[in-house]
Amino acid sequence: MEHTNWNGFKKGVWQDEINVRDFIQQNYKEYTGDDSFLAGATERTTDLMNKLNELFKLERQYGGVLDIDTATVSSLTSYSPGYLDKEKEIIVGLQTNRPLKRGVNPFGGMRMVRQACEAYGYKLSEKVEEEFKFRTTHNDGVFRAYTDEMRAARKCHVITGLPDAYGRGRIIGDYRRVALYGIDKLIEEKKKDKANRATGNFKTEDIRTFEELYQQITFLGYLKEMAQMYGFDISQPAKNAREAIQWTYFAYLGAIKEQNGAAMSLGRVSTFFDIYIERDIENGVLTEVEAQELMDDFVMKLRMARHLRTPEYNELFGGDPMWITEAVGGMGQDGRTLVTKNSFRVLNTLYTLGSSPEPNLTILWSNALPENFKKFCAKVSKDTDSIQYENDDVMRPIYGDDYAIACCVSAMKVGKQMQFFGARCNLAKLLLIAINGGYDTTSKMHIGPQMPVMDTLDFDKVMERFQIYIEWLSHLYVNTMNVIHYMHDKYAYEKIQMALHDTDVERFMAFGIAGLSVVADSLSAIKFANVETIKDEDGFIVDFNTTGEFPKYGNDDDRVDLMAKDMAHRVITALRQTPTYREAIHTLSVLTITSNVMYGKNTGATPDGRKNAEPFAPGANPMHNREENGALASLNSVAKISYDDCRDGISNTFSITPEALGRDDEERVNNLVAILDGYFAKKAHHINVNVLNRETLMDAYENPEKYPNLTIRVSGYAVNFNKLSKAQQREVISRTFHEAM
Amino acid sequence: MTGHVHSIQSLGTLDGPGLRFVVFLQGCNLRCKCCHNPDTWDMQSEKQFTPQEIVEKALHYKEYFGDKGGVTLSGGEPLLQPQFCYETFKLCHAKGINTCLDTSGNILNDNIKKLLGETDRVLLDIKYTENDLYLENVGCSLEKPLEFLYYLNEQKIPTTIRQVIIPTINDNQNNIQKLNKIVENHSCVDKVELLPFKKICQTKYDNMKIEFPFEHIPTPTKEMMNKLNELLK
Repeated sequence: MEHTNWNGFKKGVWQDEINVRDFIQQNYKEYTGDDSFLAGATERTTDLMNKLNELFKLERQYGGVLDIDTATVSSLTSYSPGYLDKEKEIIVGLQTNRPLKRGVNPFGGMRMVRQACEAYGYKLSEKVEEEFKFRTTHNDGVFRAYTDEMRAARKCHVITGLPDAYGRGRIIGDYRRVALYGIDKLIEEKKKDKANRATGNFKTEDIRTFEELYQQITFLGYLKEMAQMYGFDISQPAKNAREAIQWTYFAYLGAIKEQNGAAMSLGRVSTFFDIYIERDIENGVLTEVEAQELMDDFVMKLRMARHLRTPEYNELFGGDPMWITEAVGGMGQDGRTLVTKNSFRVLNTLYTLGSSPEPNLTILWSNALPENFKKFCAKVSKDTDSIQYENDDVMRPIYGDDYAIACCVSAMKVGKQMQFFGARCNLAKLLLIAINGGYDTTSKMHIGPQMPVMDTLDFDKVMERFQIYIEWLSHLYVNTMNVIHYMHDKYAYEKIQMALHDTDVERFMAFGIAGLSVVADSLSAIKFANVETIKDEDGFIVDFNTTGEFPKYGNDDDRVDLMAKDMAHRVITALRQTPTYREAIHTLSVLTITSNVMYGKNTGATPDGRKNAEPFAPGANPMHNREENGALASLNSVAKISYDDCRDGISNTFSITPEALGRDDEERVNNLVAILDGYFAKKAHHINVNVLNRETLMDAYENPEKYPNLTIRVSGYAVNFNKLSKAQQREVISRTFHEAM
Repeated sequence: MTGHVHSIQSLGTLDGPGLRFVVFLQGCNLRCKCCHNPDTWDMQSEKQFTPQEIVEKALHYKEYFGDKGGVTLSGGEPLLQPQFCYETFKLCHAKGINTCLDTSGNILNDNIKKLLGETDRVLLDIKYTENDLYLENVGCSLEKPLEFLYYLNEQKIPTTIRQVIIPTINDNQNNIQKLNKIVENHSCVDKVELLPFKKICQTKYDNMKIEFPFEHIPTPTKEMMNKLNELLK
């Protein structure tokens, strides 16, 4: 197939099939130079950003939510067009008819929507209540099928944060397809897929796919209508950079209008855009300043994306995140880097527009990345604390070179793989339930296999007991997830996002664990120190008296680090024993978002010396202030957890003071590059980098008005520090900051 | 053979080029009034490691060293355990690891000369440029480190000179000019670092229930440090 809007592009199989990767590989221009070509913000950009900053300020003053449209159910065409400043914007489109105004999306569950409205002083309109009176939401469906044990596991918080009352998210549509092919071609291909399936046997799965294809096609039509409302015809391929960015953004906008999933990630668009930008620059119709403006405007739109959440939700996922994750950089399978000038431009938005948690800029780090790009990333980290890093050398062999990151650390091939998000189970609580023979002392509930309470804690006997409970919980966890995702597909199917996937999609089912470092240290204490149990009057273990030394995770000591590694391996192995809905591949993450505070709150004292209700360390981090050998020892401990066991990611958050990183800016940049090179050479998966002083955070805790834009990395994402709860802020402040001796 | 070790820092960015695995050795024969590690003075320590054990640990960090980083032996005063340091550095070199010695340079003998033969860079303290100040605030004469520097120059061992800037004592132009002279006369010196005096060590003194002799001295301002750095050649 040929199209005049493709003039100047190199030909390839991408013209005959939906294949964005091939288009990129045939046409992109790698860039190995430095950041000196970058342009700053124009007056237009600054004016627009100032206006947006005023709205952000107002939103904070209104308690975090500027406005809610309680009468309109969010969908692609349900709001009239909205603008920040119609005259000045070069990329357009808002979720509702006004900037930062939030829509309601009850398909996940009515209760959440009602509560969210009420929390901010609104009331869900009678109209919406009426409309949903006879509809089944995802939440309704799940609770119809939940067993008593599933409810109990949820109630005692041994499994928490499950997407059973809100949109599951973590699906990345290949939004680039709309720009490259136009909607008409995408509809045509989906119709072909449908026709090809019309003659086979019609079993449950086939019928479901058939209905899904119908929905996908219908919603591609709505997407075209939505763009039309803004005055754009997106039926054909984009003809220049501005259109490519605008088309892609429309596709993303359609997805966030339709779905309020927890993480609504963007994918990997920067290098794709670069091809259009380069073509326009060569044709003399675009300048560097204008190219930066396009990216600035696009990123401004992403920073305006909002979903309506309840306060309870914010306890799990603090800071009002959307996880608009954009994967930047990485290497191609042919050895060329995928870094382009536009990889620099998207990072440059942190300077032109100021630092910000969204979009969640994620560097795919490879040892082979151009040195100039490595240094620029390190400089951006040091200056803004806004970006994270993931190991391209570990992921590329598995996912190829056109994968992206959903949420924080979940890799998937763009448009070819998706995942069923599954939050996490509390491994530390499970250990306590196990030694108490199926009793949770926090919720005072009996759960799981019933056995005698252990009297003394012999390491081998504890491990044997723990294994029984790991297997019990894993089975329950998989079944629970199967219920959730069956119902989500049935009642809240992601029509636009799945329309932007291949019809034959590969699925992951992503499980998670919290409290890994607490469990590793607790088992280490049981093995190497003397742990006496303290029981309450009912004979249940509620505390421990731990004496003597024991190795602690975070000091590069194999005796305990390998216990952490082994735990992850045990859990994924146990999970794999139970079959999944739609034959999804079981994966596991060690990631907590900000829920480590809440998990800690719901977990009794542990043998490692952690007190009742004390927060866990986030993700795969060692517990706070147990590291004795400095930062690299801590990184090495985390790097030992195997990505083969944890294909859904291993999150590590690293905070260091500027003084500990080197004496001057140049040294700090070079040293940070060396840290990243070393850490990833150890096959580690992920790292958040913060270069800041504890004093800054303490000052921001006391005087939030002084730091309206203070951004920090927490666990797989970045937040505006002021948007965290006070408890979450205190926990962040208490974490280990690696300091100079 | 074992060395007395105070502590290990896996991420050293301030003691030599690149990222350094820094081993702080136990024991010092000087009693500098500005010392920020009084807990390393005593020769006895709980932790003892063989050179093999140290290098084995350091190898865990080889991926981070790149082409500049490596192992730094600091203290305390590493020159008090020259044989241990020599063996450690020799093993480092066998594994392709860069070596760096952080010292006050107040002793020089055959064992130490052997150690310097395995040393890729020396971080040498020239604490003051006046003999009187050395005698009063360090406990040895200025001659000692200068003698050490003379030897380093003879052996062409790359050297960084370091000096802590302490207000009212050496925060003056005259001192920097003298330091410049010393550098001029020794071509082995390719870098000079002026370090601001700090008082975060106060808690260590408090814990040890001894007096921090420079407790009353303020820390230098950024402006002062910038001004003195500009005077450096």
